[in-house]
Amino acid sequence: MWKLRRYLKHYIKETLVAPLFKFFEACLELIVPVMMAEMIDVGIKNGNTAYCYFIAAVLVGFAALGLVCALIAQYYAAKAAHGYGTELRSAMYAKINSFSHAELDRLGMPALITRITADINQSEKGVNRFLRLFLRAPFIVVGALVASLIIDWKLGLIFVAVTVVMGLFVWLIMALTIPRNKTVQRMLEDINGLTRENLTGARVVRAFARQEKEIADFKKKNERMMKMQSALGVISSLLNPVTYVFVNLGIVFVLVFGGGFVNAGTLTQGEISALINYMSQILLALVVFANLIVVVASGSASSERVYEVLLMHSALVEGDKENPEKPDTVLEFRNVSFGYNAGGDNAVENISFTLQRGQTLGIIGGTGSGKSTLVALAERFYDVDSGEVLVDGMPVKEYTFKALRGKFGLVPQKAVLFKGTVRSNVQWGRENATDEEIEAALGVAQLGETLAGWEEGLDKAIEQGGRNLSGGQRQRMTIARAVVGEPEILVLDDSASALDYATDYRLRKAIKEQCKSTVIVISQRASAIKNADKILVLDDGRIVGEGTHDALLKGCEVYKEICASQLEGGAK
Amino acid sequence: MKGKALDLGMLKRLYAFIRPNRKYLFLSLFCSLISVLASLLATVLAGEGVDCIVGAGNVDFKRLGLIAAAIGVVVAVIFVSEWLQNIFIQKLAYKTVRNIRNDSMETLQNAPLSYIDSRDKGDILSRVITDVTEISDGLLLGFTQLFNGVVTIAATLVIMLVLRWEIALVVGIFTPLSLLIANYVAKHSAAEFKKQAVKRGEMTALVDEMVGNQKVVKAFLQEENNTEKFEKINEELKESGVKATFFSSLPNPSTRFVNNIIYIAVGLIGALMVIGDPAAFTVGTLTAFLMYAGKYAKPFNEISGVVTELQSAFTSARRVFEVLDAEQEDPDAPDAETLHAEGRVEIENVRFSYNKETELIRDLNLRVERGERVAIVGPTGCGKTTIINLLMRFYDVDGGRILVDGKNIENVTRNSLRSSYGMVLQETWIKRGTVKENIAYGRPEATDEEIEAAAKKAHAHGFIRRLPQGYDTVIGEDAGGISEGQKQLLCIARIMLDLPNMLILDEATSSIDTRTESKIQRAFDEMMEGRTSFVVAHRLSTIENADKILVMKAGRIIEQGDHRELLQKRGFYYELYNAQFAKV
Repeated sequence: MWKLRRYLKHYIKETLVAPLFKFFEACLELIVPVMMAEMIDVGIKNGNTAYCYFIAAVLVGFAALGLVCALIAQYYAAKAAHGYGTELRSAMYAKINSFSHAELDRLGMPALITRITADINQSEKGVNRFLRLFLRAPFIVVGALVASLIIDWKLGLIFVAVTVVMGLFVWLIMALTIPRNKTVQRMLEDINGLTRENLTGARVVRAFARQEKEIADFKKKNERMMKMQSALGVISSLLNPVTYVFVNLGIVFVLVFGGGFVNAGTLTQGEISALINYMSQILLALVVFANLIVVVASGSASSERVYEVLLMHSALVEGDKENPEKPDTVLEFRNVSFGYNAGGDNAVENISFTLQRGQTLGIIGGTGSGKSTLVALAERFYDVDSGEVLVDGMPVKEYTFKALRGKFGLVPQKAVLFKGTVRSNVQWGRENATDEEIEAALGVAQLGETLAGWEEGLDKAIEQGGRNLSGGQRQRMTIARAVVGEPEILVLDDSASALDYATDYRLRKAIKEQCKSTVIVISQRASAIKNADKILVLDDGRIVGEGTHDALLKGCEVYKEICASQLEGGAK
Repeated sequence: MKGKALDLGMLKRLYAFIRPNRKYLFLSLFCSLISVLASLLATVLAGEGVDCIVGAGNVDFKRLGLIAAAIGVVVAVIFVSEWLQNIFIQKLAYKTVRNIRNDSMETLQNAPLSYIDSRDKGDILSRVITDVTEISDGLLLGFTQLFNGVVTIAATLVIMLVLRWEIALVVGIFTPLSLLIANYVAKHSAAEFKKQAVKRGEMTALVDEMVGNQKVVKAFLQEENNTEKFEKINEELKESGVKATFFSSLPNPSTRFVNNIIYIAVGLIGALMVIGDPAAFTVGTLTAFLMYAGKYAKPFNEISGVVTELQSAFTSARRVFEVLDAEQEDPDAPDAETLHAEGRVEIENVRFSYNKETELIRDLNLRVERGERVAIVGPTGCGKTTIINLLMRFYDVDGGRILVDGKNIENVTRNSLRSSYGMVLQETWIKRGTVKENIAYGRPEATDEEIEAAAKKAHAHGFIRRLPQGYDTVIGEDAGGISEGQKQLLCIARIMLDLPNMLILDEATSSIDTRTESKIQRAFDEMMEGRTSFVVAHRLSTIENADKILVMKAGRIIEQGDHRELLQKRGFYYELYNAQFAKV
């Protein structure tokens, strides 16, 4: 958690005020036993009722002051913690936005989501607890020790000894339990995974008649966890009883030695009473402290995960140029090679091709053959390992992200929409698109009829992920979103998979007639690309064929094989 | 929900889980009683000890020594009893949790698939994992804390009453006041908490949506717009967070304040009494009283926390019991036969629906001879899996019957029926474990040679060999390293290991690249040879070569026949055929 301290820098005042007032409160609390001793030794001994009343009044004042201090401390602790959380969240979000696809791939979206929500909440809570409670315990312990040393340094030494031994013991228990706790946690995750598996695979489990075995497997794991937990329980259960023993032994010492001192006249009865009181305070504080360590430890594990993300840097360096030129060659790959993992196999290797303005490029190949990778490199979501990619004659590395990506209209494989309306979703493609432009785009995307059927028209609400639309409608919405910006290059990445063949055909026709864009179509279906001006056939990251449908049918084995398996006699 | 928090029926059910280990409960309660009483005794002794030390030259050393020894003994008793109490209650908690989880698993494995299909898996999961933990934490640990608290309160009160009833009355009456204050504050902070929860929800929704689709966001240059939205919610979250946290932290200092006041009152009244009559009320008694006041107050402070914990434990228990109450499949009839199917399947007048309102299948009749091939076709989402569900008895028919080798499938054991089919579904399922274990899933005792042979037949051998540890590489549903297509190959290898006489195949191999797919197809064709097969078909050749074709639309079987007959009919099949397979 310490590593993230700079996110507290705007809240230095709060961060200091909170513990300070906690300290005041602890001091006030520590004075109480001394005052009580005073009441016993002076008030009672002398039969001075007025003095007793006086002390009581002062104590009530202290209690009220203590309450005020506590409230101030808690208010500032809350403020500091939430301020910290807010800054951390902002920083994290900015970081995520700065990541290239490479970092996003490495971390994974689910992990990022947990880190920016749950982990930061946990870390925030950790800071709050730390400021509010964690410091209180040491204050009380140290304060009680100092007070006892002041009352009588010889007896005070007993206190110091007891506290040190007890502290060591608490540390020992923690050192023994924390790693075992992690083991239990892992076992629980295992059981969680097993349960999930059996739910998602219920059909397969039954098809292989494995229910009994799965139950037995589950029971075995469950039994192991139970044993581990029980063993852990035996150790962690020691904490409270042992601290109790130490403190009471301390009390016995105070009584026995203190008795001698009182007899000798160096100590009073009231002071003995105060010392016993301090001993109990130390006990309570240490137990609270031990329990808090667990909470703070989990907060610091979360902080660690957050910190890890904040340490990462995007490998992409943004260029600073825009490019108003519109040469004939829109896109050019020169000997491009790229691998997702350093040292791993290349996803694409030695790719060279050009795409002319206004033409349609088809890219075909099996899954994992590198089709989508080409587009990701063109939009510079990743940097190439070698070779060069040029858009409108300029290397992509020289563009600002905005200028480069603004030239593309991407229809991704997965049709994702966002919560809002039909209008707001299409406007992602162009911020100030008018209703007419949006309607036109929906028309191209073959959603014209559907739109007419929606009572609310463009104001129709879209739920998160677009789940209130059918798969086909969603896919066409993403097409409208890309088309509305009249991009220089329209990229259709396998984006007709949910459409029936007739709609798919009309869609392609409409794009051809109504969009001025250069088009890149990525597909596994030969029918989707066979009319393209140029087709690239990819196999295992390499271009194994380039040309028109007819030329490839004659010269490219892989292409022939694909067509044969899909068009089956129909396309001969 | 709050009103029903103490539901007797539920307590009874919970007790049923505790019952086998109830000795731990009673032992723990017994130890708890001893440790509470002993620790009160220790306090009395400490007070007595103080009384032995009156002043200079006035210390009763002999008595003091005895008291010190007595405290030593009492402390030893406390140590043992408290330790044992903790051990026992944890043993009970963990054993109970284990039993509930085992029962849940058994229930889920024997629940009809309709139960699992119709529920959110994440929800069931959180019930079996999180809620069960909640029960042990909240109920068992909360319960002991409550028990401890009540015993402490009662015993302290009795001792104080015996010692000096006047002061006991002051303490006894005013301490519960702190409870009222805590409650009052809690009620008012609940509103702030709700606001914070709403904001947190908004934040999570935004992050879920935007970060979850960060690649699309970047493609459309929406980073800045989103940052604006994010910052706005973040700022609002801060404000509500500060309030919620502050208000929720109020009960602690305010109850402490009340307790301090009581402590002072005890001190003052006690002091006045000592001054009034030193013989009847000693300084030692006062010291003890001050300690008792603290001991008495502590459980009150904890009780409000325990109550919320108990409440949430009861809510969790209810959720867990809902899983345990899942309907169960009727067990196999006692005289059910074990099927060794040759492969003749007859479907007679079968009627079926998933819910009572919409009847899906009515009067379905089909005769499939041994070795015949049945293709099931229709647009995506038309419910082709319904047939699979009925054949495998994942669901039971509502009327009519299905016969295999002339035997009604309701009269044979489910396991033998299901083992008679080799099934490859579209959605892949990989169990966490090694590749080898996954292929040998149906027959764990298979030899390495058999496993390798099966992998080769499924064209999986190549990629498996390239995995870091080959056949011993650990894989899982979410574990990276292997692609969706490769998972599918493993699923195919799994049934290649033991090919039964009947097959159920889903041809939709969309995630396998075209070239592998054609190889798979050849393997499919080979294994279908001579075996009765039901194929959810996507390829024209499969359909054309099928002996029977079932045409489905919107969950119903609307046409049935072979390719030629169906084309002649010029119905839905004819349309489908032309749209999908004729020249584009």
